Amino acid sequence: MSEFAFLNGNEAVAWGVRLSRPHVIAAYPITPQTKAVEKLSSFVQNGEMDCKYLHVESEHSAMACSIGSSSVGARTFTATSSQGLLYMSEGLPYASGARLPIVMMNANRSIATPWNIYGDQMDAMHVINSGWVQLFVEDAQEALDMVIQSFKLAENHDILTPVMINVDGFVLTHTYEKVDIPGQELVDSFLPAIEKAPHLMNDQDPMSLCISAGNQHYMEFKIKQHRDMFKVFEQLERIDRDFEKSFGRSHGGAADGYRNEDADVILVTTGSVTGTARVVVDSLREKGIKAGLVKLRLLRPFPSDDLYELIGKASAVGILDKNISFGFEGTVYTNVNSSLLQKGYRGRTFNFIAGLGGRDITKENIEEMFSALLEQKGETVQYFNMGCAL
Amino acid sequence: MRDFKMSPRPQWNSLSDVPMGSSCSSFHICDANAAWRVFRPVMDYSLCIGCHQCYLLCPDGAIHKEDAKVFHIDYDFCKGCGICAHQCKPGAISMVKEDQA
Amino acid sequence: MIKKLNARNIDAKECFYGHKACGGCGESLALRLALKVLGEEAYLSLPAGCMAAVSFIYPNMAFKNNAVITPFASTAAVATGIAAGLEALGKEAPLSVGFAGDGGTADIGIQSLSGAIDRGEKFIYICTDNEAYMNTGIQKSGLTPFGAATTTTPAGKAIHGCVTEKKNMFEIAAAHGITYAATASIGYPEDFLNKVQKAKECDGPAYIHIYTPCPTGWGHGSKITVDLAKEVVDTGLWFLAEYEDGEFRLNRKPGDFKPVADHLKRQARFRHLSDEEISQIEVMRDRKWEKMLKNWG
Repeated sequence: MSEFAFLNGNEAVAWGVRLSRPHVIAAYPITPQTKAVEKLSSFVQNGEMDCKYLHVESEHSAMACSIGSSSVGARTFTATSSQGLLYMSEGLPYASGARLPIVMMNANRSIATPWNIYGDQMDAMHVINSGWVQLFVEDAQEALDMVIQSFKLAENHDILTPVMINVDGFVLTHTYEKVDIPGQELVDSFLPAIEKAPHLMNDQDPMSLCISAGNQHYMEFKIKQHRDMFKVFEQLERIDRDFEKSFGRSHGGAADGYRNEDADVILVTTGSVTGTARVVVDSLREKGIKAGLVKLRLLRPFPSDDLYELIGKASAVGILDKNISFGFEGTVYTNVNSSLLQKGYRGRTFNFIAGLGGRDITKENIEEMFSALLEQKGETVQYFNMGCAL
Repeated sequence: MRDFKMSPRPQWNSLSDVPMGSSCSSFHICDANAAWRVFRPVMDYSLCIGCHQCYLLCPDGAIHKEDAKVFHIDYDFCKGCGICAHQCKPGAISMVKEDQA
Repeated sequence: MIKKLNARNIDAKECFYGHKACGGCGESLALRLALKVLGEEAYLSLPAGCMAAVSFIYPNMAFKNNAVITPFASTAAVATGIAAGLEALGKEAPLSVGFAGDGGTADIGIQSLSGAIDRGEKFIYICTDNEAYMNTGIQKSGLTPFGAATTTTPAGKAIHGCVTEKKNMFEIAAAHGITYAATASIGYPEDFLNKVQKAKECDGPAYIHIYTPCPTGWGHGSKITVDLAKEVVDTGLWFLAEYEDGEFRLNRKPGDFKPVADHLKRQARFRHLSDEEISQIEVMRDRKWEKMLKNWG
């Protein structure tokens, strides 16, 4: 039986993990992820989860322990944020190159310096090329559900790729929402025990893992990994459809449109800001303005086809980036622009940089973004809610 | 005791032949090390006292023990480092230049 | 009572074979001997370094065991992750073993080793110490001894090799209150085999620090690798000891040390040393032994 509870994003993730029955959790505390690992620890310490919890001395070891446990076929979870993600980042391509189905929550947070503990998405963008599936969620319910879906996705033998679930720091991790906690039996039937992939270490046919490959072989290993990552789109859609059948709600595939079909102008968002943007779109629609929204759920693999299908007809597209690639532009913008160019998109694109270091992104800011799109005015890259002139 | 058969070098015709996830079966050996050798150890069994030191101290494990007094050198994998001959107290192993062996 | 291991009764089967280590490599001998005791069931973790480089290059895999290359800093973390994973999957008495060199242990890997020992889970960590970063071309590590020339501490005109002494890695491991720790040398192979056996049997983390000469890095003939590893103990420059039940114990107390100079001069890395510097090394040795005999005697 499912039950409703008021949970913050951290707790929702912890519940998603508990219901997914991992064998091993290795984690290190960091704001704003801390409450997730505290909650998981309490589940374990109270005997509510049958799981090995490794109290590691650093994020680097959190990832390394996860690599170890996943490489023998154990279902493995870890969680981190910001500097912690950067500290463990050496291990990320190890895990993805070895095709280890680890699931990790990343509580999105800014990167020092200046030191700042609040939310933006600079951390995730730092590791966008790590070979992990990069998923962004909009609310606590989606966070809980995507933990369960992510294990199913990562462990699929066509995929075998680790998944990073990005949960916006504070805005999601610390905000309480009404969340439906699915019943354990239902989750068990949706997400059965992990089936060990044949390339992982095992007693019957010992394997050498994370091997070295010279210039005669390296490229084929990496291109295989790259090509297999595109299989995520189809599997994620299938998993989400099955999820809907079991749990009565779905979250869409790689990208999800909102009032986009006939939209003149579209804003592309990732994560929690999508909720605010939906409200603005509704109010603009009431005024007769054909505004729409596309929520990018996956940044890796990047859903070029879906994206073009969702926004191809709009005359202008704005990409909201809670990050910046210094000396260039927002990272999501670079990705969207490149994929639209490949598809032959002819409209104008704008990049809206906002929300760095936890700066509010207000409804008014989003309205300003839409008016920039409607009038196609201003610089290509624009900064919002700045406290001073540029 | 060598416990594997030499494997052929893999041929990849398509990406589906490439192993999943930077992995390979363990004890998958395609190439011998014999070409590394300048001197080869040659055993004079009449002098061997069965002390086991050559077998114990070979970094390559290339000296196999068949019974307590018969030690067999695997010339496919011996690199000719000379530890066995050097450690052999009765002098039962001599290092012979490859082209004179 | 555990049977004492020796050359005659160890497993004839080889679990480490066909590797591409240099001829006369001491480190590869340590791994080979350890695996004779650990057996093919052990899961192995090795960081990027010589032993990974010589045994995992596709398509040649030199381990019979399940084995994984870890991030450089992460030998102990990956090994304990493997142990936890196997245990959680219900495997009875899983054996997870990390092998790392001196740099991988005393420098970049010391944090994860400390964390892993602190967690108290059963795993074995074997540090194969050849006293410099050999895989990258003989750079100084935290375990390079005083006076040794490396490519980052060359025998220069102003500074004559490495100016620091080896970190006391064995004591550092023991200071965690580890279940079992020991030092060893491939010059005393049977002592090593039995220490690995003890580590395998003990119920908790175990650390073994083994001295493994490197012909390439030290500049000595490949045939004298084992000689040097024996001499280093006989000269008192290395020691055989154990830490068990919270107590240190010296396994071997040499009466008279063999001459240090003869031993050092067989290695190119020490050939530049003056008589004065060699005397300094003897003073350091005597100071260390004085402490060890007093505290662990």
